[in-house]
Amino acid sequence: MKNKRTELKVSAIRSGTVIDHIPAENTFRVFAMLNLENSADHVYFGTNLESRKLGKKGIIKISNIFFKPEEISKIALVAPNATLIEIKDYEIVKKEQVLLPGEIQKIVKCVNPKCVTNNQNVPTYFKIIYDHHGTMKLACRYCEKTMSMDDIEFI
Amino acid sequence: MINLKNRSLVSITDYSKEEILKVLDIAENFEKDQRQKILTNHVIASLFFEPSTRTRLSFESAVQYLGGSIIGFASAGTSSVKKGESLKDTILTVSNYSDLIVMRNPLDGSARYASEVSPIPIINAGDGANQHPTQCLLDLYSIRKTQGTLEDIHIALVGDLKYGRTVHSLVQALSLFNATFHLVSPESLKLPSSVKKWIKDAGLEYYQYTELSDVIPFADIIYMTRIQGERFPDPIEYEKVKNSYILENSMLEKSKESMRVLHPLPRVNEISEDVDDNPRAYYFQQAKNGVYVRQALITAILGLKG
Repeated sequence: MKNKRTELKVSAIRSGTVIDHIPAENTFRVFAMLNLENSADHVYFGTNLESRKLGKKGIIKISNIFFKPEEISKIALVAPNATLIEIKDYEIVKKEQVLLPGEIQKIVKCVNPKCVTNNQNVPTYFKIIYDHHGTMKLACRYCEKTMSMDDIEFI
Repeated sequence: MINLKNRSLVSITDYSKEEILKVLDIAENFEKDQRQKILTNHVIASLFFEPSTRTRLSFESAVQYLGGSIIGFASAGTSSVKKGESLKDTILTVSNYSDLIVMRNPLDGSARYASEVSPIPIINAGDGANQHPTQCLLDLYSIRKTQGTLEDIHIALVGDLKYGRTVHSLVQALSLFNATFHLVSPESLKLPSSVKKWIKDAGLEYYQYTELSDVIPFADIIYMTRIQGERFPDPIEYEKVKNSYILENSMLEKSKESMRVLHPLPRVNEISEDVDDNPRAYYFQQAKNGVYVRQALITAILGLKG
């Protein structure tokens, strides 16, 4: 073969969203979180692709779906460096890095079974904090417990 | 400008260093004259969704010495909670009948939530394993009273440093006052790293020990805690550590004369009864200080002092 292909070619989508630079190990998590297994349209994904930024990355292309800000917050929680690209008629109309908000409301469950949010009709509310190793964590506004990203469960 | 009026107290971190000192100053005034009749036109609601001896009775005593009235319940079983009423509905209802709500509830975070839905201020008297700020304030009052200052104290915290909420709050508060922390616990009950972070962030030092006798010669305060069986997920783990630290009178011979032994009470066996007659024993006076501190809080929050 004369021209050795080093890039993976995945079908371009006519209209929809590309989520790029997902940490490879979280590709399926993002997939499940956005409920893509129930999508009626074309969804393409790849994982363990080479990435200069991440080492290994995942990419997901979803036809005809554009995400709302709260869904983007969800993506940011498990893929804080992801790039979100919106495509219309094969053209990129918007390209931005997902932004992690300082606070996360209503989308994540508190890990503490005794937290008031798990026992009364109280919407969850977390602040994003960083521990002394610089690892991102969520601190519950109510029970004041902190939880690591591995423990998060979406509502 | 320090103004505690109409502000709920949920967590000790809701107060700045200056606000903490303000409450302690007002409490000192109540220690001199406990029976100031300044609450005569006020109704305080005392909502205890789980049992308590010291906290509930000292709040009620605080109000009654000041001439105020108390309404409420001492267990969830005697309230509409038994019928399935939500915490929000209970709070909104009771706020129609009183000026301030003192609440203990077994759910972590219930006090923060109550303070958000309540039109009147809430004092957290313990929300599950989370916070118990009035205990923290009376601990600080007792330390200041016995040592003459809150600054630069060497405090030994002994026993259950993992689950003990009074220990966590006290570490947070004393981190404002340049304390040095001597942490004595079994391996399985060490202070959580999230609490140690408070000490590090304040630029202060902590040292960890497994032997109680190591800290006795230099501590200004020995803060004993009960190893609480009810907080252990595994009863076998509890059996292994429950008798780890027992302070006996003979052990205090080498301690500083100004050192005082504190304990949030109730004790089981971690302080021998022979310590009670030692002048360094301060835990019953500490419980008494709780009344002054609670008088200070209630009157500051109602805008009657401060």
